[in-house]
Formats: sequence, structure tokens, C-alpha cells
Amino acid sequence: MIIKRTELSWLERMYFPTLWSGLRVTARHFYDTLFRGGRVTMEYPEQRWTVPEGYRGAPYLVKDAEDRTKCVSCQLCEFVCPPKAIKITPPGPAVDPTTGNVEKRPREFEINMLRCIFCGFCQEVCPEEAIFLMKDYSLTGLSRKEMIYDKEKLLSLGGVHNDQIRKWKKKEAEAASQEAFKPE
Amino acid sequence: MSTATAANTETKPPAPAVETVRVKVDGRVVDVPRTLPDWQGKPQPTTMLQACAIAGAEVPHYCYHPKLPIAGNCRMCLVEFGTPMMGPDRKPVLSEDGSPKIARSVLPYEPGTPRGAIACATPISPGMEIYPSSPATKQMREAVLESLLINHPLDCPICDQAGECKLQEYSVEHGQAESRFAEVKVHKPKQVDLGPRIMLDDERCVLCTRCIRFSRDVAQDDALGIVNRGSHNSIAAFPGRQFDNNYTLNTVDICPVGALTSKDFRFRMRVWFLKETRSVCASCATGCNILISSREESVYRYEPRQNDAVNACWMCDSGRLNYKWIGREDRLLNVRSSRSGARAWAAVVAEIAETLRSAPQGSVAVIASARQSTEELYLLKKLAAHLGALTDSVERLGEGDGFLVNADRNPNTNGARMTGICFTEVGIQIPKIAQGIRSGRIHTLIVFGEDVTRHGIDSETLSKVSTLIVSDILPNETTRRAHFLLPGCAYAEKRGTFVNAKGRLQRFLKAVEPRGEARPEWEFLQELVHQVTGENLGPGFEALFNRMAKDVPALASAGVEWGKVGDLGAPLTL
Repeated sequence: MIIKRTELSWLERMYFPTLWSGLRVTARHFYDTLFRGGRVTMEYPEQRWTVPEGYRGAPYLVKDAEDRTKCVSCQLCEFVCPPKAIKITPPGPAVDPTTGNVEKRPREFEINMLRCIFCGFCQEVCPEEAIFLMKDYSLTGLSRKEMIYDKEKLLSLGGVHNDQIRKWKKKEAEAASQEAFKPE
Repeated sequence: MSTATAANTETKPPAPAVETVRVKVDGRVVDVPRTLPDWQGKPQPTTMLQACAIAGAEVPHYCYHPKLPIAGNCRMCLVEFGTPMMGPDRKPVLSEDGSPKIARSVLPYEPGTPRGAIACATPISPGMEIYPSSPATKQMREAVLESLLINHPLDCPICDQAGECKLQEYSVEHGQAESRFAEVKVHKPKQVDLGPRIMLDDERCVLCTRCIRFSRDVAQDDALGIVNRGSHNSIAAFPGRQFDNNYTLNTVDICPVGALTSKDFRFRMRVWFLKETRSVCASCATGCNILISSREESVYRYEPRQNDAVNACWMCDSGRLNYKWIGREDRLLNVRSSRSGARAWAAVVAEIAETLRSAPQGSVAVIASARQSTEELYLLKKLAAHLGALTDSVERLGEGDGFLVNADRNPNTNGARMTGICFTEVGIQIPKIAQGIRSGRIHTLIVFGEDVTRHGIDSETLSKVSTLIVSDILPNETTRRAHFLLPGCAYAEKRGTFVNAKGRLQRFLKAVEPRGEARPEWEFLQELVHQVTGENLGPGFEALFNRMAKDVPALASAGVEWGKVGDLGAPLTL
């Protein structure tokens, strides 16, 4: 979509209205700190900013209510990731009975948090709702290697996502109900 | 589809005037041949689908495949068409402007409703008009696609075909964003073991029967069929039968959806990451044209590439799965000279050149594998001619199957013959070379790509050689005894040509980087030949090939050049 830039009116082009509204913010903070004892700064890292809803922090993997890794290793996030921060190792051809009717789950899933730009494409592209940008914004480590988060770490940080659709479970139940022959 | 076929076909339609039929496709007049070769190459009346392809209008289809008999069961290629109206006197009815009136096809008792015909099986007739993009055609396509998707599980995230799936592609073009199907989908078995290399997912199948027709008519092994009725229709191997012929994996290629999957490639990589490189299979002398799929310097699969003069659209399973050695852990990675202890290419090549320059005439022998490229064999022959050396290759025989597998398991025996490395009978010089070594006449042996201890020169004889120069890819007895070890490249790691059993020169291109210090053999041989004979056959690969094309009579008479060989190769007269 192309957004048209609106022409500035002559008053706006004089810059005084913007200057004035900026000065008002400064004045308000000045007044607040001086007379109301309010604080503008924060004692980071002891104090942390509570991020608003919808904030795009670090991407983590989630499990569903049955403790199943939701990721099915479709590798769309790896494909869409602009800085190539995601690396997925697919499971390979051996049939894994623990995956049930999902058949597939990543053998390894790595996100290089040094490369990640928190753009949210991975969350947007994920067909399984398995990866979410959460609220962590301050990621630190002592080595580059430490900043490559593996599957275990991503899952433990991501926690559980209570999704209502439960696509795979539904499919499994449907298939099971068709196993029985019910002439009516 | 058929334009691609026509462009790829080596045997062009016979030179005498091709009889054409004039039809209109979407209002555009095109002249198409009256007949075109069918899947067996026999002339058959041109179909609407082929006429549309010639006119540049793609008609979506699942069951039609140019190299299989026509089944006409998927109904995806339905198109609206019209034929010239005929008067009672069997003369075309003309409209006011003098052009023939066209009667659009309609249902017999519902003249207002257009009736489509399957483009893959309906022959064209003179004056016919085909409407592959009319609203009625579009509606028919959408309806057929919706019907095919009724019981489809839509499990693209876990389906290996995703990214190269016709169902996905046509859904984007002709499908609907939301399903209107409110009932419960029919579930079918999802991990059916059809054979040692094939896994079937019955839910994804659209019952196009391409796999059935392929195994029955092309692979001549009637092993598959459709069982059960109605929406429970599913593909299965006949009871007690395994789907295990040597061509089963071709059904994975032709399966338009993700029903048939390769157990070898299953869940190993998503196809959109794979880089495809045009190459030639090196497992036998047929030289099937292939595409090597690779990602980040590792090979994931081979797929056949259409070349009607060699392999059509097929290749054998044994050749297809013969790629794992390229990424083996024990590959030879380091160049070394056990004489001086040198471990750098320049030093080792210079040392070999020094040794060879001082070798007396006739004291050197060369055994070069017919798995090496023609260029490398040519360079080795150059070297041998300068040194007065005996040369030969090693014969590798198996069993041919009369279809694609050749009894000669070397990919380039004809290249070795053509360059003069061996005679028509391969390997007859090897006893002479062994004798020469034992008598002390030959004291320098150059071996490329063979373990000679298994092919006529036992390790005791080999230990008598004072200079053993070996280039290979994987370690063996000969490489262990080498005084000079030159790690070489698999054919997927370099450029080159092979000459197949029928004398067709075919190129292969580089798909992945060589491992470790390994270098393409032609590269260091070029340096070696330069240093030993003083003749520079470079610079670079193309100059080398073009030089060889002038020097080797079989190539010179065909007038080949690297730029002209093309993806489908060039026939030579041997």
C-alpha cells in the first residue's frame, strides 16, 4: 500500500507549533519531577520496563497443552527469516512413533539471537502457531555460542501455548472414529 | 508441457512438410501439427492440451504426463471449446462477415450450459476453437479442484511435496481461500510402506494413476492398483507384492502431490532450499541426465532431467541413490608427498613434475579410471604420450536390464577409448603393466580413481613401484601406498564431460564445493602437463575443453565446443 504524504499547511511549515508541543512535554516533565516527585528515569537493570501488549521481543518455541512440541519442522521460518538467524535440522526419514499423526518434529532448532532482528516474520509465517515473539528484550551472554539458543532452551523459555484449534488432535480423533465400522 | 517436450526432443518431427491443422486458442490463430509423438514416440492426433501448449496457454493437469499413456481421469484439464457449425449440406455455416460460425460445446439437453472436454484426450479438428481462459473453463477448473480437495488433508507443513506440488500451485491459481466442505473428511492410512524405497500417504493422493501407469507400462512391473470404492479409493500394491523394482522412485517424481514419497529423501530437507544443478548420473554408461539437489554444500537427492535421446524422464533407483559417498567422512582431504613431506599443492605438483621429467621413456605407466571426465583422460593421455607410457583403464561390468541400466558400469568408457587411454577392449594392457613392474622396466605408476590392487596389480607388485602417484576420492589400498597422494573431486564437485554408451558427449556441472584440499583433477593435471611437457592447455576449463575438442578426432569431426554442447549433450560418431 502506498501512503500519500499530506501537504503541510503554512502554519505547520513555520515549525512553531511542533516546537511548542515539544516544549510542553519538557515543561510537563520538569514540573512533575520538581513538584510531584515523579521519576523519568529507571534504575535499569534492577528495575525493568513492562513492555506493552504486542511487543516484539525474542522469538521462542512453544509446546501445546499436551506437552507436544508444536513445531513440525516445515522450515518456513528458516526460509522467511531476513537475517538468517534460524537453523532447523529436519528429523530425517526414520519413522518416529512418538510423533503420532504429526509425523514430524525438528531434530534441532537453533536461533542465533545475535542475528535475530525481532521482526516477527517467523511468527507470522508459522502455519502451526509454534513460534512467538515474547517479551524478552534484553538478551545477554558471555560468548557468541551462548547466544545461539537451541531447541531445549527455546522450548523452556517459550512455555505452553493454549491453542484452541488443536488441529492434529482433531485429525487423530476423526481418523480413529472412522476406524470403527458403524452401519446405520 | 508438450512445448517443453518439443524443445527437448532430439529427434525432431520428420523433415518432410509437417501437416498442420489451423485452430484458434483463446481467439489466437495457431497452426499445430496434425500429429505429435505420444508417450512411446508413435504419431498420434494432436490433442487440445498440446495445441494449447504450442499456443502458450497452460492447461492445468494432474493425470496427463507426456511420457505416459493417457488416462483422462483427473478432469483438471477440462476446457470449453467450439467447432465450426455444419449445415445440412455438410458445408460450414458462415456468419455475415464470411467467417465460419462456431458452435460452442454445450450440454445436450441444456443448451445454455457449456460442456467441457478433457484437453489431454480430445484430438483437435480443423477450425476448432479452444477457450482455455474462458469463464466457463475457469469455473470447471475451480469445481474440479474443489472436488479434489474435499478429502485432502491439507497437511502441507509436514508434506515433502510442498513447494513442488501441483495441488498447491493450482490451488493458488484456481482455488478458493476457504473450504465450503462442512462434513468430516475421509481419513485414509498415512504411512503405507509400499516397498523398500517408497512410502505412501493415501490421504494426499488425487488418484491420477500416474504411478500405476508408470509401473505397468514403463517399468513393466505391474505392481500397483486402486482398491476400495468411492471416496475410500486408494493406491495399493497388489496383495503379497512389494513395489520394489529398480525404477520405483520415478513414481515419486511424477506423483503430482505428496502421496508417494521417497524414503531416502523423506523429511530431510524442504525443496525450496535446494539448488538444482544439471549433471549426468555416473553409475553406468547410459549417462542419465540428472538434476543434483544440494544445499549448503551437501547433496540431498538426484532427480532425472528430461532428455529424450537418453533417459526420457526416468532414471533407475540404484543410480539415484548412489550419491552418499560424496559426503562420506573418510574422504581424502589432504595433498601429500611422502618423499619430501610437502603438503601444499604447488610443491607436490612441482615435485611430481620433476620426477616425471627425469623418468626415462617407457618407464611410466598410467591407469586411469573410466569414471574420470573426458578432459582428465585427455590430459593423462597427453602426459602418457610425452613419457611413452602404457595406459589403460579398468573394466567394470554388471548386468544390464535392457531399459536404462547398462552392463558397463563405468560412465565414461567411450571417453577413455576416444582419448586413447584404453583400447576397445578395456583392461588388456593391465597384465602388461604388471609384468613391466615385476621385470623392473616400469618403475613409475600413475593411478587415477582406481584401487589397482583389486584390478590386476596386487600389492606385492605395487610395492615394487618406486614412484606411485595416486589421485582418488576415497581411501583404499592403493592410496595408502601412494608416494604422491592427490585428493580428487567427485563429479558433483567439478565440471566435465562423459561420453555415454551410445557415444553421446554430455556435460556435468559443479553442484557443491570440493571437500578439504581436494581439487578438480583436470585443474592440477593441466598444471602437471604444463610443467612436464611445456605445453599449456589452459587457461581454465573451457580453453582445455575446446583444445581437446580440436585434438581428439571423434570430437573434432563432430565440431563440438563447450558452449555448444548444451544441456542435452552432443552425439558423436565413434
